[in-house]
Amino acid sequence: MSTHAPAHEDAHEAHHGHSHGHEASHGSFKSYVTGFVLSVILTAIPFWLVMGEVVENKAVTAGLVMVFAVAQIIVHMIYFLHMNTKSEGGWTVMALIFTIVLIVIALSGSLWVMHHLNTNMMTMTPDMMRNVP
Amino acid sequence: MSAPTHPPLADGEKPVFYMTEDHHPENSTGLGFWLYLMSDCLIFAILFATYAVLGRSYAAGPSPADLFDLKLVAINTSMLLLSSITYGFAMLQMERNAKAETLFWLGITGIFGAIFIALEIYEFVHLIHEGAGPGRSAFLSAFFVLVGTHGLHVTFGIIWLITLMVQVKMKGLIPENRRRLMCLSMFWHFLDVVWIGVFSIVYLIGVLG
Repeated sequence: MSTHAPAHEDAHEAHHGHSHGHEASHGSFKSYVTGFVLSVILTAIPFWLVMGEVVENKAVTAGLVMVFAVAQIIVHMIYFLHMNTKSEGGWTVMALIFTIVLIVIALSGSLWVMHHLNTNMMTMTPDMMRNVP
Repeated sequence: MSAPTHPPLADGEKPVFYMTEDHHPENSTGLGFWLYLMSDCLIFAILFATYAVLGRSYAAGPSPADLFDLKLVAINTSMLLLSSITYGFAMLQMERNAKAETLFWLGITGIFGAIFIALEIYEFVHLIHEGAGPGRSAFLSAFFVLVGTHGLHVTFGIIWLITLMVQVKMKGLIPENRRRLMCLSMFWHFLDVVWIGVFSIVYLIGVLG
C-alpha cells in the first residue's frame, strides 16, 4: 500500500485547501459594504426613474428598470450569496444556470402562449358578455 | 473478457472490499440547501409568470397606478436591504466566534424583517379595505399570491431566525448552529433577491402602466 499513502495525503491536502477556500468565500466586511452600497444605488435609480418620471417613453423606463433589477440580482449573488464558479466544485453555478434556463422557458413560454391565446380569441360583443355562463 | 486487475497484496494484508476513504465531512449542506433555494426559485418563477400573464386583467377594477404607494414600497425595500447587510454582519461576528455580537446583529435583522412584514400587512389590509382584495380581479389575485408568498417566506424566515437565536444563546456557536446560521443566511439573501424582482416588475413597472 505504499503507493496509496501519498495519494491519500494528496486527497487530504486537496480537501484542506477546499475548506480554506470555503472559509474565504464567506465574505468580508468590505465585500458586504460594497454589495450594500451598490444595491442602494441600483435600487434608488429605478425608483427615481419611475417616481420622478424622468424618461418620457414608458417602454424605455420599463426596460431600464429591468436592466437595473438584473444588475442588482447579480450584485446580490456575488456579494451576499458569495456565488463563484468554484464553490462546491462548480455545482452551485450549474444548478443556478439550470434554474435560469427553466425560468426563461416558463416565463417566455407563458407570455408567448397566453399572448397568442388572447389575440386569436374571438372578440366578445357586449351582448355575448352579458350571457356568459 | 479479461479478469479485473488488482494491485498485488502485501504479505498478510487482507483484501479490502469497502471504501477506505475517511468519513466524508459535512460540507454538502450548502449545496443541498442551494438546490432547495433553486426549487423555491422555480415556485416564484411560476408566480411571476402568472402575474406577467394576468397583471393587466383589471376587470374594470383598480390598476397598479391607482393602488400602489411607491413611497411605502421604497421604505419596505430599504428595510429588506438593511436586514440583508445586518445578517452579513452577524455572519462576520460568527466567524470571529463572538456570540453576543452575533446575537445582537441577528436581533437587528429580525427587527428589520418584522418592520417589513408589518408594512406589508398594513398595505394588504389597506387594499382589502378599499375593496381591492384578492377576489376583485385577476390582477389582484396574482398580486396577492405572488407578494403574499414572498411575505410568508419572510415570516417563516423570522421564525427560523428567532429559533436560531434561542439555540445560539443556549448552546453557543457550535458547528451545528454555524451550519444552520449559514443556511438561514442563504435563505435570507435569497428572499432579498426575489424582492428585487417583486418591486421592479410588480410595483415599478406596474405603476408605469
